[in-house]
Amino acid sequence: MADITLIEAVNLALHYEMQHDPNVVILGEDIGENGGVFRATLGLKQTFGCKRVIDTPLAESLIAGVTVGMASQGLRPIAEFQFQGFIFPAMEHLVCHAARLRNRTRGRLTCPAVFRAPFGGGIHAPEHHSESIEAMFAHIPGLKVVIPSSPQRAYGLLLAAIRSNDPILFFEPKRIYRTVKSHVENNGLALPLEQCFTLRKGTDITLVTWGACVVESLQAAETLSHHGIELEVIDLASIKPIDMATITASLEKTGRLLVVHEAAKTCGVGAEIITRVAESAMCLLKAPPKRLTGFDTIMPYYRNEDYFMIQHDDIVNAARELMEGWQ
Amino acid sequence: MNIQTQPMHRYIDHRGNLIAPLPEWANDTLLQQFYRDMVLVRHYDKKAIALQRTGKLGTYPSHLGAEAIGIAIGSAMQSTDVLAPYYRDMPALWARGISMLQNLQYWGGDELGSSFPSISPDIPHNDDMPFCVPISTQCTHAVGIAAAMKIKGLHRVTVATCGDGATSKGDFLESLNCAGVWNIPLVFVINNNQWAISVPLHLQCHAEHLVDKAKGAGIKGIMVDGNDIVAMYDALLQSLDQARKGKGATLIEAVSYRLCDHTTADDASRYREDEEVKQAWQFDPIVRLKTYLINQNLWSEDEESQWLDICHQRINQAVEQYLALTVQAPESAFDYLYEKADPDLHYQRDALINKAMRMEKQNSGGNNG
Repeated sequence: MADITLIEAVNLALHYEMQHDPNVVILGEDIGENGGVFRATLGLKQTFGCKRVIDTPLAESLIAGVTVGMASQGLRPIAEFQFQGFIFPAMEHLVCHAARLRNRTRGRLTCPAVFRAPFGGGIHAPEHHSESIEAMFAHIPGLKVVIPSSPQRAYGLLLAAIRSNDPILFFEPKRIYRTVKSHVENNGLALPLEQCFTLRKGTDITLVTWGACVVESLQAAETLSHHGIELEVIDLASIKPIDMATITASLEKTGRLLVVHEAAKTCGVGAEIITRVAESAMCLLKAPPKRLTGFDTIMPYYRNEDYFMIQHDDIVNAARELMEGWQ
Repeated sequence: MNIQTQPMHRYIDHRGNLIAPLPEWANDTLLQQFYRDMVLVRHYDKKAIALQRTGKLGTYPSHLGAEAIGIAIGSAMQSTDVLAPYYRDMPALWARGISMLQNLQYWGGDELGSSFPSISPDIPHNDDMPFCVPISTQCTHAVGIAAAMKIKGLHRVTVATCGDGATSKGDFLESLNCAGVWNIPLVFVINNNQWAISVPLHLQCHAEHLVDKAKGAGIKGIMVDGNDIVAMYDALLQSLDQARKGKGATLIEAVSYRLCDHTTADDASRYREDEEVKQAWQFDPIVRLKTYLINQNLWSEDEESQWLDICHQRINQAVEQYLALTVQAPESAFDYLYEKADPDLHYQRDALINKAMRMEKQNSGGNNG
């Protein structure tokens, strides 16, 4: 198979799992005939019919609640929110019900559901279309949060998410929906959840990132390599739970930690990673850890958007500061 | 306010007089069973409040005045149907086979109170949802459950219940709307008890009747006297049958009155006139059916006395069992959160166990000292 885009990989995984598990249904706005606003669900309704590919009324709270109800009865629903910024009406169901059903009923009822949403900025979208709020969901006991950063991981992680018996928020970095391509074997093999992916080996700095920032991070690593600084680039992928073992093992080699995320700084996932390192692996560090994040502002409209996106140079500079200031 | 002047589905008026011929299903045995169930859950309710007042139960929402609605719902549903209840629905759960002990366990602060056992050999796994405390969210879950039944080709109906306050929320309206569009096997029952904590119905909704909201969703609506269990059961049988035959969803507005405080943490006398409550007692669903049964020679004070003895025995037995229950281990909060806990949760679980052991030791040391 030729290389495919991240969004095509999402579509491929949905096709595969619907073909192999009759309990999988998908629902959301515009997902049927239209194939979703980004075409993630293209062709599914034609293949699996309107009982399993369900266009819902335009009501996000309803979509989430219906998903919880379906999941409680043994289906494996996959809900699509058109944009992460539209997920707020659904929060009550995600926090109060999806996250709690197993615990509340002591395992009698569970919520094996996936809630998909494109997220992040950088595509000149209108207001409310550029949020990166993964930390909000990671904060909720009972939820898991997964973010792929390549077609191959989108395919494998989505399969794993659908097969998981826990509710999962699956956030897709829409900025790289069509800009990254790779080979994906359509073999139905899921990737492990709850595990980081080390994308580049290095000896000087452990760079932990996820989503679209993976692209700039790898570019920055190449640039820095020319200047003698070798980054180990880790794609966090599972935002909750966090695989600290992989991060700590990397720090044993590098002794320096740089976390890069597009989301706002305060109470972001970067703060969590750095705190955990401080709590249990402080002695591994040769320098104070550093984070490069979005600003604590509302994302501006797109004329100023680029200033707020993390650029390749930002990462290069942050890595140099981390090396130079504490050698 | 005189809720009994509204035109609505009703067979027995508040004086116990028949105002329409009883439906065919209404045999003597069933009406007597309804009465016995309503009396039992009312006395259970009194006991639960007493337990709360003496520190043996957590905050508890009384169902005083809602007995006819709940018993009718639980009795009319088939064991294979699915209930998505709100927090005031103990009578419905009781009539579906969920024990008083289970209810005490839930309000007594134990999650095992929602791990309902099977209620029928037909359905080994109990699929009923637990009590829903957030307002009206259970309505959207019910849409999902009913849609799941349709997708699976099962002839099982879902019943969602809520109070009048819930009808103001988007989830309620979104659910009705979707139930209409998808033509799913679903029955909504609003317990219109006139008060959403301290907010009266006229400040909740400007529509003439809550059931009018069914029109906007294109589903059938029935306004029923919620204090007349015959009318309630009849409306439910019709609605469940329609749903089971693939003819879509129904909204039932059960017009009643909350004869109690909102919960044991509430004091309704702060916002409600005594006179209004006194008036509402005239329409008590239990007195109404009792009067009717006595007039028909289907019940007597002797039978009443015997039944009360049985009720108290059963309630006391449930309370004794409840008070003797072993508290779940503190670490159980970790054991059901996910299918499998991650390493950090294991660490937190161990930390909690250590803390609990330390506290136990301190407590036992304090007692000894």
